[in-house]
Amino acid sequence: MSYAGWIILTASLVGVSCGLIGALLVLRRMAMMADAISHSVLLGIVTAYLITRELSGIHMLIGAIAAGLLTAIFIQWLHSLGVQQEASIGVVFTSLFAIGVVLIATKVGNAHLDVQHTLMGEITFIPWERMSLPWIGEVPEAVFILSIVLIIVLIAIIGFFKEWKLTSFDPALAASIGIPVVLMHYVFMALVSVTTVAAFDAVGAIMVVAMLITPASAAYLWTDRLAMMMALSGVFGIVSAVSGYFIAVWLDTSISGSMAFSTGLVFLICFIASPKHGIVARFMRPTLTST
Amino acid sequence: MTLGLSHNAQWVLLSTLILGTAAGIIGCFAYWKRQSLMSDALSHAALPGVIIGFAILGVKNLPVMIAGAAASALFGALIIHWIRSSSRVKEDAAMGIILSVFFGFGVMLLTFVNRMAGANQSGLDSFIFGQAASMVSKDVWLMSGLALLVLFIAIVAFKEWKLFLFDAAFAKGLGLSSRWMNSLYMFCLVLVIVIGIQAVGVILMAALLITPAVSARYWTNSFKWMMVLSALFGGGAGVIGTLLSAYGKGWPTGPFIVIAAASLFVFSLALGIRKGLLVIGIQQYRQRRQLNQPSVQNLHLPERGGSG
Repeated sequence: MSYAGWIILTASLVGVSCGLIGALLVLRRMAMMADAISHSVLLGIVTAYLITRELSGIHMLIGAIAAGLLTAIFIQWLHSLGVQQEASIGVVFTSLFAIGVVLIATKVGNAHLDVQHTLMGEITFIPWERMSLPWIGEVPEAVFILSIVLIIVLIAIIGFFKEWKLTSFDPALAASIGIPVVLMHYVFMALVSVTTVAAFDAVGAIMVVAMLITPASAAYLWTDRLAMMMALSGVFGIVSAVSGYFIAVWLDTSISGSMAFSTGLVFLICFIASPKHGIVARFMRPTLTST
Repeated sequence: MTLGLSHNAQWVLLSTLILGTAAGIIGCFAYWKRQSLMSDALSHAALPGVIIGFAILGVKNLPVMIAGAAASALFGALIIHWIRSSSRVKEDAAMGIILSVFFGFGVMLLTFVNRMAGANQSGLDSFIFGQAASMVSKDVWLMSGLALLVLFIAIVAFKEWKLFLFDAAFAKGLGLSSRWMNSLYMFCLVLVIVIGIQAVGVILMAALLITPAVSARYWTNSFKWMMVLSALFGGGAGVIGTLLSAYGKGWPTGPFIVIAAASLFVFSLALGIRKGLLVIGIQQYRQRRQLNQPSVQNLHLPERGGSG
């Protein structure tokens, strides 16, 4: 496959997996939790690097899952001690992120892992770091990891679709019929962390948030059905990733930045034109508005 | 303040002290308005404005960049409000969208400008993580002046703020315009954010607003004392962080300030007299002891024994 082909494939994989997870995030009103996890994953990656001294995929995945779960646990713990949910999110992730940045600035300071890279992502390098797989041949490492993460996410979501639906929409009912709501919460946090770290290489810490939340919110304006919302969110993710890439090539600018920007464009279009909840539809049928 | 620091460094230290104090106080307002994460969204949303402000003049000119940052942060706040009020998307998702899309747009512009100007790019990258050392005396004056303005507004109208935050309906009944108060609050919040971004950076500016307020909450129930403590914690974090980051060459200031604030938070969490872990632990221990006393056991828990 060509250079641009690999980049588009990587970006689409990011778009799909983030879109699927993002739909649940938006419905569970945990959008800012994704922001928190995507920041503190940096600490996990840095710690994994400091321990193993290599930037291989699997160590980083483990470090990131640990950091993500730690964030979720810390936030929950502070909240249970009486701090507002919002404030506890703010305290935890900024502290962990700051520790990560300081570790990079003071301990790591070399070409392998710099702050710029982890924040902005460097999708342009992805096609060069290849590995060989049996039967398939040479593929970029990031594509391999992203595919595995997508498969994990798909299995987790399709396998427990009913449970996700119930715990997202009516956690009290879910708890009363014996679904382990708390366990599902932490499994979900782990899924968010895995997706975040896999997408990290490609789009960086902050653009991950764009990929997670914006397509899902756009999809939320179109439909009331969860399965439909997930599908749409995945499609919007791909559309914004691909269009973002072409905008970046056209203007010769940061690819990850323009992907985040084009998720915003997709959302704007949906916000104006969605037949159900868009501005235009609302304007034309003022009596049927529902919030 | 002569810890072997240069003249310029002393001024920088003073300005981060004032900045931290102002951020601590406005952070209390944000805490009670339950808008802690709003400050995070707004500080990210300020990035495009900073870059555009730079691009217009082609040189680093702090007043123009601050104006740009304020404009783009306010625009972000407006869109968040618009999305929330005119669609089914909730506030947290709206904040996430604005935060990431604006930041992405800012990074796009940053790439442009870095190529366009070439020479001055180092000054721009420092807006992401903050580089207090890059401030010159004019910047310090501007920053301190604006921070003092915010402090002044917060202290002069203290009674009104208190009313507005804790009993908005009563405040309205007394004739206090909640629209004006809201605008003033937003103005102060954005002002603190934009003057902080050069020293602390857009990503971590929110921490300086959130963490001191949460830490102060562990010491007192009185709003006045919470504000005082939060201002102290914020100012302290600013000074400690700036000093620490001065030890290494090119170390970013923001993360060190945030780590200082986080340490103060951990200290408050452990030892705070209102709801600190130690106090809660002692209380629980005492209650358990009381329950285990024979007289109490005979009264309430005759069959359980000492399991308490």
